[in-house]
Amino acid sequence: MGIFDYAPAPESRAIVDIKPSYGLFIGGEFVPATGGSFKSVNPASGEALAEIAEASAADVDRAVAAARAAYDKVWSRMPGTERAKYLFRIARIIQERARELAVLESIDNGKPIRETRDVDVPLVAAHFFHYAGWADKLEFAGYGANPRALGVAAQVIPWNFPLLMLAWKIAPALACGNTVVLKPAETTPLTALLFAEICQQAELPAGVVNIVTGAGETGAALVSHPDVNKVAFTGSTAVGRAIARAVAGTDKKLTLELGGKAANIVFDDAPIDQAVEGIIDSIFFNQGQVCCAGSRLLVQESIQDELLDALRRRMGTLRLGDPLDKNTDIGAINSAEQLARITELSAAGEAEGAERWSPPCELPANGFWFPPTIFTNVSATHRIAREEIFGPVLSVLTFRTPDEAIAKANNTPYGLSAGVWTEKGSRILSMAKRLRAGVVWANTFNKFDPTSPFGGYKESGYGREGGLHGLEAYLDV
Amino acid sequence: MSEKSEKTAAKKTAAKKPEEPTPAPTPVRLGVRKTYKLYIGGAFPRSESGRSYQVTAADGAFLANAALASRKDARDAVAKARGAFSGWSGATAYLRGQILYRIAEMLEGRREQFAAEVRAVEGLSAAKAAAQVDAAIDRWVWYAGWTDKIGQIRSAANPVSGPFWNVSSPEPTGVVALFAPEKPALLGLVSVLAPAIATGNTAVLVAPNSAALPAVTLAEVLATSDLPGGVVNILTGTSAELGRPLAEHLDVDALDLAGIADAEFATSLEKMAAENLKRVLRPSAAPGDWTAAPGTARLTAFLETKTVWHPVGI
Amino acid sequence: MTSTLPAATQPHPTYDLSGVTSSEAALRRFLLGLPGVDKVGLEARSARLGTRSIKTTAKAAGIDLAISMIDLTTLEGADTPGKVRSLCAKARRPEPGDPTCPSTAAVCVYPDMVAVAKEELKGTGIHVAAVATAFPSGRSSREVKLADTRLAVEAGADEVDMVIDRGAFLSGRFQDVFDEIVAVKGACGSAHLKVILETGELATYDNVRRASWLAMLAGADFIKTSTGKVSPAATLPVTLLMLEAIRDFTGQTGRKVGMKPAGGIRTSKDALKYLVTVNETLGDGWLSPDWFRFGASSLLNDLLMQRQKLATGHYSGPNYVTVD
Repeated sequence: MGIFDYAPAPESRAIVDIKPSYGLFIGGEFVPATGGSFKSVNPASGEALAEIAEASAADVDRAVAAARAAYDKVWSRMPGTERAKYLFRIARIIQERARELAVLESIDNGKPIRETRDVDVPLVAAHFFHYAGWADKLEFAGYGANPRALGVAAQVIPWNFPLLMLAWKIAPALACGNTVVLKPAETTPLTALLFAEICQQAELPAGVVNIVTGAGETGAALVSHPDVNKVAFTGSTAVGRAIARAVAGTDKKLTLELGGKAANIVFDDAPIDQAVEGIIDSIFFNQGQVCCAGSRLLVQESIQDELLDALRRRMGTLRLGDPLDKNTDIGAINSAEQLARITELSAAGEAEGAERWSPPCELPANGFWFPPTIFTNVSATHRIAREEIFGPVLSVLTFRTPDEAIAKANNTPYGLSAGVWTEKGSRILSMAKRLRAGVVWANTFNKFDPTSPFGGYKESGYGREGGLHGLEAYLDV
Repeated sequence: MSEKSEKTAAKKTAAKKPEEPTPAPTPVRLGVRKTYKLYIGGAFPRSESGRSYQVTAADGAFLANAALASRKDARDAVAKARGAFSGWSGATAYLRGQILYRIAEMLEGRREQFAAEVRAVEGLSAAKAAAQVDAAIDRWVWYAGWTDKIGQIRSAANPVSGPFWNVSSPEPTGVVALFAPEKPALLGLVSVLAPAIATGNTAVLVAPNSAALPAVTLAEVLATSDLPGGVVNILTGTSAELGRPLAEHLDVDALDLAGIADAEFATSLEKMAAENLKRVLRPSAAPGDWTAAPGTARLTAFLETKTVWHPVGI
Repeated sequence: MTSTLPAATQPHPTYDLSGVTSSEAALRRFLLGLPGVDKVGLEARSARLGTRSIKTTAKAAGIDLAISMIDLTTLEGADTPGKVRSLCAKARRPEPGDPTCPSTAAVCVYPDMVAVAKEELKGTGIHVAAVATAFPSGRSSREVKLADTRLAVEAGADEVDMVIDRGAFLSGRFQDVFDEIVAVKGACGSAHLKVILETGELATYDNVRRASWLAMLAGADFIKTSTGKVSPAATLPVTLLMLEAIRDFTGQTGRKVGMKPAGGIRTSKDALKYLVTVNETLGDGWLSPDWFRFGASSLLNDLLMQRQKLATGHYSGPNYVTVD
């Protein structure tokens, strides 16, 4: 017990109304699936939250048909000014129902309410606001006088930022005049289904947004459906590859936002205290279940001890526990499957000779939990230095010169993001130029904004989401 | 290039007078044939396989033997392209523009040679062949002028909601494997190659049968310009043989399938390319008419967008 | 007073920093070589600490802790012995009807009021702090500043709050600033020296870190943000930064230094944010009036109203706390 212990400060669950079961959202209505069903689980407790419909290929077909009809009859004919107003309306409802969305997201995903409240949901609203304004300004985007929509977009999103990834997909698609069929991840469908209600509340024309729940088979049926014109996927590189193969030889436009193994490079002239915070943000934000996580810390040897002491001390203040507690920094891992992967890779790190450390940290008895962890004495050949762990596990490597830092940072098939910390301006610009990654955070990390294009180099995928650049993915250009 | 057939000038004429020495025949010069080799890393090797193939004119007549590139040649070409990437992508856009314009100057100097080659391989009229060469040179000039502009039209200062400087700008994708179309022979080569390298990519260009002669002449132009070795590597050979090794190569970052006419084969290459998430320009992206204004699509196809954040504070 | 403070208990290996102050050039090199501070990152961190939700028992404990850390202050030209006596009474018994309410750590007055305060607080354990050294501008001769200090100490001040020469600091005359602190420290005798950096005039966070180190190297027992006469006075990010400097200094030297944000802290909510910041930067070792103080006046009444609210369940009002 310390002198100043924080009492529990749980956000109330009363604001959310989780139904016992959910159907599919097709053509503006919730309809039963012809497939089976599965359960969505609260990862912080293991309790089943609701019975979720599993969309079969026939259900996917119905959803695509609804999206096609809405595209042909309504959405593609509607002036951009009107599309814009629908999106503005959705953005406002998201703000009005922000607390409800944040609580539901925390319950279904396991991430701390502090993040859903302060990061996820505000960014979701901002994303809709940003793209709403684009809907009637596409002719100024640099793609010619009358850029055309693609048609029906098939969108498959991951479980780590369920509602935010939905916004990244749906907002630009609708702004550009497409209709969508979106499949949320099987472990986190609830906020997408609440978003379907928001579409109803906004009186969005039926079929413009369709939500089909299910797992891999549902997703495969969706992306390979012959009547979709556009496929957008965020998730693992392995599934991204399979989707790229599935759309090969078609005219479907494809954007992929996949995995990463970002280097976060700290030079000896870095603003040390802010670098430590940046490292914390880079690997423990959302329990490290972030494609752009700075999962490889590259620290200059001359400050290794000092920096790691500071990092360990800071890790000691992280509060792990109930995602709905407003003081929780580290929530639950999203699923048993993900926890098993993190556990397996961490064991491999130890077996390969890296040194493992976590602060004293009591894990709750139920649900899926993993303590914040760092590995030192990691060498580039270790699995934990190469494979995406997607958990709160940091691999620490060292470098001596800028060239060595660049060589190590780029020595990966991925290229989503990178970080660099130094007070020297010209070094930042040089490093930023030489890092082969789609997003470079200099003296900061894990910042997102609807105007800021996001996406990878190399095996981290292609296409950009966000801002002006994000329009290209949904226009016939 | 076909050489002029030599005529035997020595012709028995009058009966010689035995007492007079036979006069030396009027010397008729034997043409020097050109050896058509590969262009890899700034050098002109034969195929490591030792193979060559016959390049034929539109009417089927023999024109030349060209080196038949193998998968190992493709491997070597990729290695050279990778080696050249850092320097070429790191060069200033102004310098790349200077070098590309220099190449156009040298293309201009070989107009006749290109025209003759194009005419021979495509069976075109002299006027049409010349027009294609002029179009190809003009296109090269057009792309030369893009090097320091594409960055501006594809960049953005993003007004993020917070105290951050945030800028997105394009960077080249890396090593690009280009499959040039059969026709138009020279214009097709230029139309796929120039945009890829203008932005800082390095290239492995597969020239099909009909384009082999202008491709090798183009290589000679490149070799004598200021273009660093390895930025462009030209393989004469068949996409049937080179498609797979290039599409599967994990150190190739992108594919341009413009020259892959067989849809099924193109699909199979696109699937192979998925292994390392290569950027793929499908055959359907190729224009029906290569003489039409190309726009920026082939420039932007092999660009990545990098976004850099930095706090703004005192 | 210094001798009664707990000894530093940091387990870290200590470094000999005497070389740092061996020459003007060495001091300058050291201060300019301290790691930079990224403003955006620092402010983001303090803002996040400010989102900690302190409820129920934690809030009650935090409010009492905050009350016990207050240097209840009056620094007006209109101050009189009567005003000071009234303030001392409030410091002793902030909540007259509730003996469980802690008294404040100290009262803080001008040197000429020290004797009055000392008399009023005799036997209470509440310290008397005096601002000195030509407070608040510090614009006078060294002789006057030292005389000012001696005046306060001879009148019985337990603590002296001095101001640094910001003009000298901003023009890079670090040695002058250092020497002055050393001299004032000498004049303090056993009184506890708080060094006011007046961060609102230092312009950058980099300067705040340098000034913090400069003061600590020169012997400050506490470092303090502000006089309260300059805006901005104490802010959460500047306090976080100074706490980080203390953490690093203590880590390197083994000597603990206290922290006092002053000016502009008016609400309980703010006070709790400062406590959270201490808690998550320095921890238990600094969560006591010996090592952390609030320089404030109106803050006390807000803490008292919140305290009443927690006790009764309904909101209080200004008529239910005393005007001092």
